[in-house]
Amino acid sequence: MLATTLLRRSATSTPSVFGRAFSNSCARRSDALFMHRDTEYNNPKIPFAFTADNVKRAEEIISRYPPQYKKAAVIPLLDLGQRQNKGWTSISVMNYVAKLLGMPPMRVYEVATFYTMFNREPIGENFVQVCTTTPCMLSGSTEILNTVCSQLGGITPGATTADGKFTVVEVECQGACSNAPMMVVNDDFYEDLTPATTKKVLEAFAKGQKPKPGPQSGRKTSENSAGLTSLTSKPYGPGEFCTPEFS
Amino acid sequence: MLKASKSVARIQRQANISIRRGLATVADPPVRRYGGLKDQDRIFTNAYCRHDHGIKGALSRGDWHRTKDILLKGDSWIIQTIKDSGLRGRGGAGFPSGLKWSFMNKPDWQKDKRPRYLVVNADEGEPGTCKDREILRGDPHKLVEGCLVAGRAMNATAAYIYIRGEFFQEASHLQQAIDEAYKGGFIGKDACGSGYSFDVYLHRGAGAYICGEETALIESLEGKQGKPRLKPPFPADVGLFGCPTTVANVETVAVAPTICRRGGSWFASFGRERNQGTKLFCISGHVNNPCVVEEEMSIPLKDLIERHCGGVRGGWDNLLGIIPGGSSVPVLPIDKCSEVLMDYDSLKDAQSGLGTGAVIVMDKSTDIVSAIARFSSFYKHESCGQCTPCREGTTWMMNMMNRMVEGRAHRREIDMLLELTKQVEGRTICALGDAAAWPIQGLMRHFRPEVEARIDAFRASQGGVMFGGRMIHDADPTLAIPDNLGANLVEPGDRV
Repeated sequence: MLATTLLRRSATSTPSVFGRAFSNSCARRSDALFMHRDTEYNNPKIPFAFTADNVKRAEEIISRYPPQYKKAAVIPLLDLGQRQNKGWTSISVMNYVAKLLGMPPMRVYEVATFYTMFNREPIGENFVQVCTTTPCMLSGSTEILNTVCSQLGGITPGATTADGKFTVVEVECQGACSNAPMMVVNDDFYEDLTPATTKKVLEAFAKGQKPKPGPQSGRKTSENSAGLTSLTSKPYGPGEFCTPEFS
Repeated sequence: MLKASKSVARIQRQANISIRRGLATVADPPVRRYGGLKDQDRIFTNAYCRHDHGIKGALSRGDWHRTKDILLKGDSWIIQTIKDSGLRGRGGAGFPSGLKWSFMNKPDWQKDKRPRYLVVNADEGEPGTCKDREILRGDPHKLVEGCLVAGRAMNATAAYIYIRGEFFQEASHLQQAIDEAYKGGFIGKDACGSGYSFDVYLHRGAGAYICGEETALIESLEGKQGKPRLKPPFPADVGLFGCPTTVANVETVAVAPTICRRGGSWFASFGRERNQGTKLFCISGHVNNPCVVEEEMSIPLKDLIERHCGGVRGGWDNLLGIIPGGSSVPVLPIDKCSEVLMDYDSLKDAQSGLGTGAVIVMDKSTDIVSAIARFSSFYKHESCGQCTPCREGTTWMMNMMNRMVEGRAHRREIDMLLELTKQVEGRTICALGDAAAWPIQGLMRHFRPEVEARIDAFRASQGGVMFGGRMIHDADPTLAIPDNLGANLVEPGDRV
């Protein structure tokens, strides 16, 4: 609280300087601002509490850790809160989790700002994340990103469409490199994309449907698309090929 | 004529004598070709999710088969079997697994009343790597059983599996496997009826590459920012929740039960000495059919690509370079690619590394400088910000690499960049700084002429560039330019 009031005061008391003074360093352009400023949609006065279902889930999660280390559950609980709060983690979610786990709120803010999967600004109904790291880039992810942006009305990565249906971001490697290029929509991976299949997937989401996740090229997972080169025979059963004492 | 042929015959006879072996000479070992693993020797038989990943399918594929007997053999038997198998950690560093697990069983460990943990690193985030994903969604029971066997070897009380948050489907398959294993009595109190009590918990991360580092993973699991810890104390002494802990990769843990059942010598029969076993390789980039495949260690890189991926796009001669082990290892040019074997030692000799076995193939259409520059921005994004050389260095390297993509740099800046990578490498708590430095060093080692050509072309078309990327013609001529900006250097081709 003190931090936020201090910030607010300093923000209002500094005169708006257009040209930078000689001694100022350059503006930091991080991909997300690390400080919280109270807004109408995001301030500590907005109430938040887990639903009865989520309270049960939270108890189950907390029980996985030793009782004196309840705070180990902070990441799963923030995730739970984010899911309940329309896909983003507001300051109220963080405060609620802090209270639930008996942690200083600052420790929760630290965690929520460190991990990239916590969105601290509201997002659209569908959260589209396009991977652009080198293996995907080699397979044409730039084209996919451009297709996604133009398909959604020419928005830039990081923006939400005007109707609030889609948010697009560029993300780092999602670990599906043999199925590159790929994008993640909400929780599901859409792999082996081409501009045409990308459009198809997005159109289905726009209609409120959920297309089948996984490779869009027709292969099942990450096998050779021209025909299996391994695991062609029936898998061996219990005890086969084991040493005599385990057969 | 006759004389000549006689002398030739004499020379030949002498030659024959010289290559004849005496009894004391050592016979040449037969040349062994690696690769071509048979299906019966593959451990991950459901890597492509073509069968049921649940308990029924797992039992039919031989998981949980006489696990009780393995547990009853005791910790030292399991560790000895793993040592005999020559298994080395599959997460990238390649530390011998049997030895690592034995660190948990120090003399008098029974007197230490703290709980003991096995932590499985399923935070697979290295660009190019997608092998653990296939285990997690296709063969989750192999991992759960592996936790039990590896946990028994190090006398652990519980295992935490830290899975990256993006793997939603994989996490649900794994959670299903854990629930089924509890229900079937395979884990929990009296696991498999052996009297040994063992719990397995799943923990989902939230998107941070750095949490793949073992101490950062422990920090993250404790509910903090994933910032690596200084070692010592090593996790085997003070780890998760202040208790003895061992962190191991998914693949390392998941192969353990099969090794125990089929014998260490079976596993050791694959691959070269000190690089034994089978391994999942994931091939991405410019090959005709990218895939994930389990193969024998020490398979030649060229064989791996031609046998399983339908070859490089446009033929082998269209190859530019290959990154053989994920983003953190240096790139190899085509001549080295055709001779290296896919194992720890051969790739180390070629000044690269096996890493996670993630092969990223680049053909001649690739803009290699921008491919490596993309890695630099990846590391800039993923640096946790704890150590100054890495935090500042990754940003700096990214800026320089981005300039080199278009050639907006001075030739001397290549060496400055290399010097910078040397200043980051080895000066940070964890290996992320090294990992950020190596791809750039590899690029400059093998593709320096390409970078220089770009710089020259930019200079020819746009004019001279000062150190740091400012154009000389943009500088205000009424102000003095410091000499260390390189604006007043004599360039090759200048008339003095």
